[in-house]
Amino acid sequence: MATTAPASTAASSMGTSEVISMSGVNKWYGDFHVLKDINLSVRSGERIVVCGPSGSGKSTLIRCLNRLEEHQEGDISVGGIELTDNIKNIDAVRAEVGMVFQHFNLFPHLSVLDNCTLAPIWVKKTPKAEAEALGMKYLERVRIGEQALKYPGQLSGGQQQRVAIARALCMTPKIMLFDEPTSALDPEMVKEVLDTMVDLAKEGMTMLCVTHEMGFAKAVADRVIFMDQGEIVEQNEPNAFFDNPQNERTKEFLNQIL
Amino acid sequence: MTDTTNSAVNERPTTSAPFADPANFVPTEARPAPIAIRPGPLTWLKENLFNTWYNAVFTLAAIWFLATLIPNIIDWLVVNALWEAAPAEACRDVSGACGAFVYEKWRFILFGTYPFEEQWRPGASVIVFIGLVIVSCFKPMWNKSLLVIWPVGLLVCWILLSGGIFGLSHVPNNLWGGLPITLMLAVIGCGVAFPISIALALGRRSKMPIIKAFSVGYIELIRGVPLITVLFMASVMFPLFMPEGITIDKLLRAQVAIIMFAAAYLAEVVRGGLQAIPKGQYEAADAMGLSYWQAMIFIILPQALKITIPPQVNTFIGMFKDTSLVLIVGIFDLMFTMRGAINDLEWRNYYKEGFVFVAVIYFLFCFSMSKYSQWLEHELHRGHKRI
Repeated sequence: MATTAPASTAASSMGTSEVISMSGVNKWYGDFHVLKDINLSVRSGERIVVCGPSGSGKSTLIRCLNRLEEHQEGDISVGGIELTDNIKNIDAVRAEVGMVFQHFNLFPHLSVLDNCTLAPIWVKKTPKAEAEALGMKYLERVRIGEQALKYPGQLSGGQQQRVAIARALCMTPKIMLFDEPTSALDPEMVKEVLDTMVDLAKEGMTMLCVTHEMGFAKAVADRVIFMDQGEIVEQNEPNAFFDNPQNERTKEFLNQIL
Repeated sequence: MTDTTNSAVNERPTTSAPFADPANFVPTEARPAPIAIRPGPLTWLKENLFNTWYNAVFTLAAIWFLATLIPNIIDWLVVNALWEAAPAEACRDVSGACGAFVYEKWRFILFGTYPFEEQWRPGASVIVFIGLVIVSCFKPMWNKSLLVIWPVGLLVCWILLSGGIFGLSHVPNNLWGGLPITLMLAVIGCGVAFPISIALALGRRSKMPIIKAFSVGYIELIRGVPLITVLFMASVMFPLFMPEGITIDKLLRAQVAIIMFAAAYLAEVVRGGLQAIPKGQYEAADAMGLSYWQAMIFIILPQALKITIPPQVNTFIGMFKDTSLVLIVGIFDLMFTMRGAINDLEWRNYYKEGFVFVAVIYFLFCFSMSKYSQWLEHELHRGHKRI
């Protein structure tokens, strides 16, 4: 691991309890070494942006946190629960961690509201009426309540992604993972999704976002992590990260995207 | 309308309106699409049937072919036909279809060797059975009420056919035949095979080696042999392996064979649908903490089964017609009773009429299935087109 700048930030509002810890995590796809000796610690309420070139392992990193991908070496614990083959642990972690995908992954055969209430009803055993009230509350919060009875295919990309955020929030997660949430959107719809994410960040949600939206990183991130070839190359608080990158690869990457 | 701030482009010669001033841009009002002018029949003919010399040749050949064929068909079916109840001799001087054969034999073809005076019973059971199917076709009925309607309906059919209570005389099932048998084998066959096929398809994609091996083995084995073989095994070989004294009814064995066969075919259809569902759907379900079965029941299967309606119906229609193979194990389905009818020495020359009559019955059922599936596809698609 080649961390050149230690994570030195500690926003005053942030709790100090560690909610995610990764130590010595390695993962391979066949022979391809996609994550190399990852060590990462995230405190409650921390907002982290992960960036890096395509294929650098950033999506894989956050997908390991809710076991959409299995790591082969090292330890990952989320909310104090160790991620192993134990299905009970995996389910417990997934109940605490919400995820938003690049391609929304809404269920096209269910209405927007049903998309939101499915998991609360069946995973958390929330009564239907209560789940629907919860669904409406979060749909209103992402400013899309009036579309609740439509189907995902009838909404624009930006609206769909906001539904996906509301759907994840309906499980009242402690941590939210965002996997390139704006990459599949038309440029004019990026802002509405980012605004929703900024609101969420202001409410103190622990967030890990894989994104290339550097404006978002500057506005809300407590820490920016740069990954390349499966390693965390550099991490720092946003101002220092953008103004004074240490590593050559970071500089090259920032030159290309800024 | 083009707006641009690039002055170099402005030097381009303009034929009509000059470039709009971006500062004072006013969107053009939308106007209705031009009305399509329908070509007159002559223009249509010229454009579609005689537009090249070879199309003209094909058109003329087709017209000649139809012109010779259709009058002959009409002659046979209507003009020269005898459509009334009459003895067989009356048909001897008739060059067209002998409708008298149908008048004479329709009850035997539909109900086989079922006692003649009691044939209202299989008739009623067919009506109840078709009623069950039709009732199950409509969306408002897709709930738990079907779990009551079907057992009750099937019991009523069974009592009607078999008798022995309510003052109905007992009719053993080796006397049953014709349409009730065909319908029962096909509908119960496909109906029971359907859930089994889903289990097999999921099993084939399972990560658990024993379940996967069983599913693959079952599907490949059953698909790899003809239906006749499966029927034959169920009917002849299976009893050899059973402990002595235990016999399973012949009709039931054939029904099980058809279920097994249909399940193997449908399983691959369903698997195709499962494969077509994007990986993101599985991931979203996982990330939300849904269990495997919850994800399958609420997310994956509803989509997979919907997109595989056309090949499913293909399989259903195929199975409906393939039930005619049960004659190999001595069960009297519709095809068999029709052959029985033309075996009557008096009427043996009128096999054409027999085949046409049975073909019409098969067609009505298969075509209804096809039409229903189209309606169903449309119905399920309403509002939520895949993005």
